[in-house]
Amino acid sequence: MKSSVITFPGSNCDRDMDVALNKFGFKNKMVWHNDHELPKSDLVVLPGGFSYGDYLRCGSMASKSKIMHSVINFVKSGGLVMGICNGFQILVESGLLPGVLLRNRYLEFICKNVYVKIDNKQNPYFKNLDKEVFEFHIAHNEGNYFCTKDQLKEIEDNNQVAVYYCNDEGKTEDLFNPNGSIKNIAGIFNKEKNVLGMMPHPERMIDQSLSGEDGSLFFKNLINNLK
Amino acid sequence: MTVNEKIAIEHGLKSDEYKKICDLLKRIPNITELGIFSAMWNEHCSYKSSRLHLKKLPTKGKKVIQGPGENAGIIDIEDGDAIVFKIESHNHPSFIEPYQGAATGVGGIMRDVFTMGARPIANLNSIHFGSPQHKKTKNLLRGVVHGIGGYGNCMGVPTIAGQTSFDSSYNGNILVNAMTLGLVKKNKIFYSKAAGLNKPVIYVGSKTGRDGIHGASMASASFDEKIEEKKPTVQVGDPFTEKLLLEACLELMAGDSIIAIQDMGAAGLTSSSIEMASKGNLGVEINLNKVPCREAKMTPYEIMLSESQERMLIVLENGKEELAKKIFDKWNLDFAIIGKTTDTKNIELFFDDKQVANIPVNTLVENSPMYDRKWKKSKLPKKVKIKKDSLNGLKIKDILKKVLSNPNICSKEWIWQQYDHTVMGDTIQKPGGDSGVVRVHGTNKAIAASVDSSAVYCWAHPLTGGKQVVAESWRNLISVGATPIAITNCLNFGSPENEENMGEFVECVQGIGEACKYLNYPVVSGNVSFYNQTKEIGIKPTPSIGGVGLIKDFAKMVTMNFKEINNIVMVIGKTEGHIDQSLFARSILNEKNGPPPEVNLFNEKNNGESLLNLMQKGHIKSAHDVSLGGIITAVSKMSIKGNKSIKFNKSKNLINEINYLFAEDQGRYIIEINPKNLKEVAKILDQNSVYHEELGVIIEKDMIINQKTKVTIDELKSYNSNWLTNFMSA
Repeated sequence: MKSSVITFPGSNCDRDMDVALNKFGFKNKMVWHNDHELPKSDLVVLPGGFSYGDYLRCGSMASKSKIMHSVINFVKSGGLVMGICNGFQILVESGLLPGVLLRNRYLEFICKNVYVKIDNKQNPYFKNLDKEVFEFHIAHNEGNYFCTKDQLKEIEDNNQVAVYYCNDEGKTEDLFNPNGSIKNIAGIFNKEKNVLGMMPHPERMIDQSLSGEDGSLFFKNLINNLK
Repeated sequence: MTVNEKIAIEHGLKSDEYKKICDLLKRIPNITELGIFSAMWNEHCSYKSSRLHLKKLPTKGKKVIQGPGENAGIIDIEDGDAIVFKIESHNHPSFIEPYQGAATGVGGIMRDVFTMGARPIANLNSIHFGSPQHKKTKNLLRGVVHGIGGYGNCMGVPTIAGQTSFDSSYNGNILVNAMTLGLVKKNKIFYSKAAGLNKPVIYVGSKTGRDGIHGASMASASFDEKIEEKKPTVQVGDPFTEKLLLEACLELMAGDSIIAIQDMGAAGLTSSSIEMASKGNLGVEINLNKVPCREAKMTPYEIMLSESQERMLIVLENGKEELAKKIFDKWNLDFAIIGKTTDTKNIELFFDDKQVANIPVNTLVENSPMYDRKWKKSKLPKKVKIKKDSLNGLKIKDILKKVLSNPNICSKEWIWQQYDHTVMGDTIQKPGGDSGVVRVHGTNKAIAASVDSSAVYCWAHPLTGGKQVVAESWRNLISVGATPIAITNCLNFGSPENEENMGEFVECVQGIGEACKYLNYPVVSGNVSFYNQTKEIGIKPTPSIGGVGLIKDFAKMVTMNFKEINNIVMVIGKTEGHIDQSLFARSILNEKNGPPPEVNLFNEKNNGESLLNLMQKGHIKSAHDVSLGGIITAVSKMSIKGNKSIKFNKSKNLINEINYLFAEDQGRYIIEINPKNLKEVAKILDQNSVYHEELGVIIEKDMIINQKTKVTIDELKSYNSNWLTNFMSA
């Protein structure tokens, strides 16, 4: 399986994602934001970081990068694109996913482990996972997902919510919402479910010595689903 | 404008220093030259009050590749790998503008590390604020934490450990010390020593602006008619540009184009160009019209003294200009050939086709002033006789509650949760433990680092305090299973012109030196920050020690959380019951006198090395050093983290129970061992003459201190975890 990770100026989780993808069997290529064409890929990842310093709205400058034309075409042709953290923000800014990501509700950067609940497994990312609640890691300042009422209805009607913040038992109460996201939303799909954006970083949970190993389950399952 | 003594004094120079400049030049300097002298001869750049004493510190060792004098120190961690590290202060700017002050402190220290070719892999910090009751404390703390996070998070370097303290002596002068560790291949280290004639001198990074120029005192001297153009003198950080600069520099460093490289930190283009020329015993010629400027009509004086951030100066091999430019273009950074190396041994500056400065480099460096300041020796205070009555009526549980929720002991999670501590995917011990630990990417090795200071002890007796901070740093590394290798120090003191403050400095340095020598734990880099004072009163002497150690196999790393019920808890090192200057004495008994606990370096070394040996054998399930708050504080933290607690044995120790639990005797660790290993562990410790006592056994939930005193694990957690969050949200 071939994957591509795009490096924008200011990306800083690109290497971590490269390490994770290679560890679980992807042949990963790093792609520069100024390139025109994506290499042949089964999965494209927009990594975390602070593209263009997040000096304008997070992700907005990167969403106008040259490579994004190719990414958008890739999505139109049904290709899988995953955005993590800043990558999620770029996907939202480029219009590939609905809604926006606001500053966290207490206006502070948060770096910690959280639990997320997978709602819908009818998609290439989560199908065949044998549990619903995962322990992932978040590290962001602008992860407070927001959208209009109409958008929310559409998202829910189309089963586009990918993951909710919850506790270890899968309860999705406000108490377990780290950043104020509407309905505890931690990640969403596009309608077609080939684009996934989420704030948590599975690539930081890929071996026992780190914060946990639930990221390993995610990547192992993902490559099997793509085979 | 003609320079005179008055203008020199406005630049912070003393009148005899001004005379010396005129003598060295055999003429009166022009304003640009005077600015350059004032920048090079100030305390920060010249170490004029501290040099004499810093020479006494041990700086050599088998593992030391580079000691003090370069951008950062370097130690060997085997297999061709090396760690580059340094700590630096950014105290004054952080007090004026906490966000930018702290942010640029972090940015500056990272540049020091990647200038040497290393990729930064971990950040740490030591931050000290005034009393929580002081009206500025909360905003300063919030600003500093946001600033450190804002810069480090954006750079994608994990902040893995730190230290925060509160003391009214910092009310008018907070401390912000930032430390960075970087990883480099031993054969790919870059230095600041220029070499070769007619080599191009390259400027890269951000443009030069008017930020950071010592504006206030300058206004009357040079910008009289254009005063409205003055901008505030606080530097503004741009972590995004620094991230690009990091990647671009490392890309260029992968090849063989660079002869010397130096970041533009304090005193900007002045100190970087002079340092490279001085180390290479060369001259340098710079055309200031070529320097990329952010603002129109900047004068030579402003260009040379600007402290704009995110800039580097490089001496390139001839013919590599195009290749280098391509890399910096790719990363959207400024690139300009601004000069060349020469054989004149002078720094020559040109602007609008005129020579605007011509100074022999050695007058700025070797001939800079050095002072043997007067200093006063501190006497060891007499022991306080604590009356039995003052202990009567005190309940252990009440004391424990107060101690665990004390601002200097309570959990700092509110702070470190705002720092990305897991980016780069190698953090295997997060903040909140004895040391932060990161793996050396792609290997079985890991690097442990901690930062420590004990201002109260240093204030009570500087010599003992100096030793103690080094010993505590050493213990913090050992507690996670790391072999301590070397330290970096950030020496924060009051005015060197005050005999008492100078005495504190001299004796702290002496204590640090003695401990480092004994423990074979050399100083490889550091920084001195004097004049930390409000009006005439200096801060408590606060040397911060950043320690770095190696864990050869990270599977053998030790953490502090209690692991298993029925395991035995032991204390290594003897408890004498030293209460003077303890947190208990100061905050419960309100007793501020007496000596700090004595530091026995033989015991420190012996206890630490014996414990490391036990860790190698896999006998130690958890470990934590005993410091502020004594045995019971250490054990409480291990309980909170492990969600299990301890049933204390009936103490065989003859000293008072309160003394026993809260004393701050040095050289001690709490360890957890499996009962089946107890005999062997005791045997090894006995063979090494290490004092040890069984404290108790791990039980499920509640801490049972004695027949009458029980504290639940939830109580322990609430004592420890709420103070800071409540304080910041109040």
